[in-house]
Amino acid sequence: METLFASCIGFLTSCGVFLMLRGRTFPVMMGLTMLSYAVNLFIFSSGRLTLRGAAVLGNSDNYADPLPQALVLTAIVIGFAMTAFLVILAIRARADLGNDHVDGKLPETGKGQR
Amino acid sequence: MWHLVVLPIILPMLTALLIILPPIHRRPSRRRWVSMISAGIQFIIAVVLLLQVQQHGLLHYAVGNWQAPFGIVLVADTLSVVMVCLTSFLALGAIIYGSAGEDEKGSFFHPLFQFQVMGINGAFLTGDLFNMFVFFEVLLIASYALLVHGGGKNKTKAALHYVVLNLTGSAVFLIALAVLYGTLGTLNMADMIGKVANIAPEDVMLVKAGGLMLMIVFALKAAILPLQFWLPAAYSSASPAVAALFAVMTKIGVYGLLRVYSTIFGEHAGPLAGIASVWLLPVGLITIVIGAIGVISSKDFRKIVAHLVLISVGTLVTLVSLQTPASASAVVFYTVHSTVVCAALFLIADLVANQRGKAGDRLVPGRRIAQPALLGTMFFIAVLSVTGIPPFSGFIGKLMVLQAVVEPMNKLLIWGVVLSCTLLVIIGLSRAGTTLFWRVSGTESDAEHVKPLQTVAVGWLLLASILLVVFAGPLTQLSQNAASELYDINSLTERVLGSPSFDMTPETLNLIPNITSNISTNTAIGGQ
Repeated sequence: METLFASCIGFLTSCGVFLMLRGRTFPVMMGLTMLSYAVNLFIFSSGRLTLRGAAVLGNSDNYADPLPQALVLTAIVIGFAMTAFLVILAIRARADLGNDHVDGKLPETGKGQR
Repeated sequence: MWHLVVLPIILPMLTALLIILPPIHRRPSRRRWVSMISAGIQFIIAVVLLLQVQQHGLLHYAVGNWQAPFGIVLVADTLSVVMVCLTSFLALGAIIYGSAGEDEKGSFFHPLFQFQVMGINGAFLTGDLFNMFVFFEVLLIASYALLVHGGGKNKTKAALHYVVLNLTGSAVFLIALAVLYGTLGTLNMADMIGKVANIAPEDVMLVKAGGLMLMIVFALKAAILPLQFWLPAAYSSASPAVAALFAVMTKIGVYGLLRVYSTIFGEHAGPLAGIASVWLLPVGLITIVIGAIGVISSKDFRKIVAHLVLISVGTLVTLVSLQTPASASAVVFYTVHSTVVCAALFLIADLVANQRGKAGDRLVPGRRIAQPALLGTMFFIAVLSVTGIPPFSGFIGKLMVLQAVVEPMNKLLIWGVVLSCTLLVIIGLSRAGTTLFWRVSGTESDAEHVKPLQTVAVGWLLLASILLVVFAGPLTQLSQNAASELYDINSLTERVLGSPSFDMTPETLNLIPNITSNISTNTAIGGQ
C-alpha cells in the first residue's frame, strides 16, 4: 500500500510541476490543481497509513491519527477557493490582455496580439 | 479581559461583514466611516494589548478552551503584538487615504481590506504553524482581490503572476507542514521546540528538509532572492492604499523566518540549530544589492519604492540570519520604521503622479506640480527617513542594524554592502526627486489638489517616523524586550503548554497518555 500511495503522490506531483511550467494559463491551472491533490494525499499520509483505525477515540485499540484528516479537509477547502479564484482571474486576463499566455503577450513576433 | 488577544482577529472580520450588509453597503460615506472607526478601534485595542503584554508578559489564548497542543492557541508576545500594532497603524492610514475617493474605483474595497487586516493579525498572533498557513491564505485571497482593485491591464498581469506564485508557495508550505507533522507529531510552535530538541537521529534529515522548505515559503512571502521577481510589478501596479498595506506583507515572511528559526530551530535544537543561517546571510545581502540596482535603474517612481521594499527586506533577512538577541531587536525596530516609511512613499508617489498630468510617475520632465511645497516637504521627509539620514527614524534603524553585527568578518561584509547600497539609494532618490520636482516645463497641471483626507493619511504615516525618533529610548527598550522574549523559550513552553486554566479532570488525564503514546508508536513505526 505504501508503494502505491507514494508513487501516486509522485506521479501527481511530477504531472503538476510539468503542467505548471507551461506557458498558457489553462495548463498552469491544471498543474496547480494536480499539485494540490498530491499535497492533500501527502498530508493525509503524515498521520501514517493505517487500516481500520478509529478516527475518534473509542474502545478500539487501533487509532488513526485524526489531526491530518482535519488538516487535509482545511487544505482541500482552501485549495478549492483558490482554484476558483484563479479560474476567474485567468478568464479576466484572457479578456483584458487578448491572449492566454501567462506573461500577457505571446512570445512569437507578428502572430499574436499585443 | 483575556479575550483581548483574539479581538484583533475578530473585530476586522465583524467589520467586514457589517460593511457588506445593505444599510451600510448602499452609501459610500457609511462604508468609509464604519471602516475608519473600526480601524481606529483596532489600533487602540492593539496598543492596549501591547501594554498588557508589557505588564503581564506573554499572553496566550486557547480558542474554545481546547488546550495546547491539541487545540488552536493564539500567543501574544511582545514581538507579535508590536507587529499587530504596526499593522493596525498602517491600516488606519491606508483606509483614510483610500476613503478620499480611491475606494470607489472598484467594488468591496473596505470589506476586502478588513479581511486582509484580519489575516495579517492572525498570522502574527497564531501559536501554531498550520493556523499560520490558514491565516496566510486569508490574507492572500483578500490581497489577490485587492491587487486587481480598480482594474487595468498591468494589474491583471501582475495579479496572475502573484496568484500562481503564491498558490505554489502554499503547496510547498503544506508539504513542509506534513513532513514536520509526520516526524514531530505536532505543529504547535511551543510544543515543536521540545520535540525538535529531543529528536530521534533517523528523523533529523526529514525535519531538516521540512524546516528548509518552510524557509522557501517565507522567502517567497518576504520576496528575497531568487524569489523576489514578482514584487516590483505587483507593488508598483497596485492602487496606492493597497500598496501601502502590502508594505507590511513582506514583513510577515520576515516574521515567519524569525519565529521559526530563532525559536523552533534555535540554538537548543542540537543538530538542527541554525539550519537557515547559512542560506539567509548571502541571500539577504544579494537581495539588498539587487534592490539598490533596481532603485537606480527604475524608470518610474513607484518601481523605485517597490525596490526600496526589497532593500528593507534584504536588510531584515540578513539580520535574522545572525540569530542573536541584538539582531532580533534591530529587526523589530527596522521593520516598524521601514514599513511605515515605504507605505508613506507609495502614497506620496500617487499624489505626485496625479499632479504631473500625462507624465505620471515616470522619471521624465513633466508639467509643474500644483502644490510643490506640500508634496515636496512630504517627499523630502520620507526620502530622508528611508535613506537613514538624521533626524528621522531611518538613522536610528540603520544604526541598530549596524550595531547588531559583531563578528569582524560579518562586519566588513554587512557594513560594506549596507552602506554602499545606501549610497546608491541616495543617488537614485535624489535623481528621482530632482526630475519630479525641478525638471518641469509649462504651466501647472489642472489636476485636482491633494484632498484633506490624503494629507491626513500621509501625515499620519510620516508622524510615525518622527515619533520613532522622539520616543527612541522606550521603543528600543521595547524591541529589546521583544527580542529577549523571543529567545526565552522556557517561559514560552511553560506558559503555552502548562497552563493553570486547564482543569485536569480524570477523564482528560486518561485520554492524553493514550493519544500521545499512540502518536509516538506511530512515529516510531514510520521512522524505521
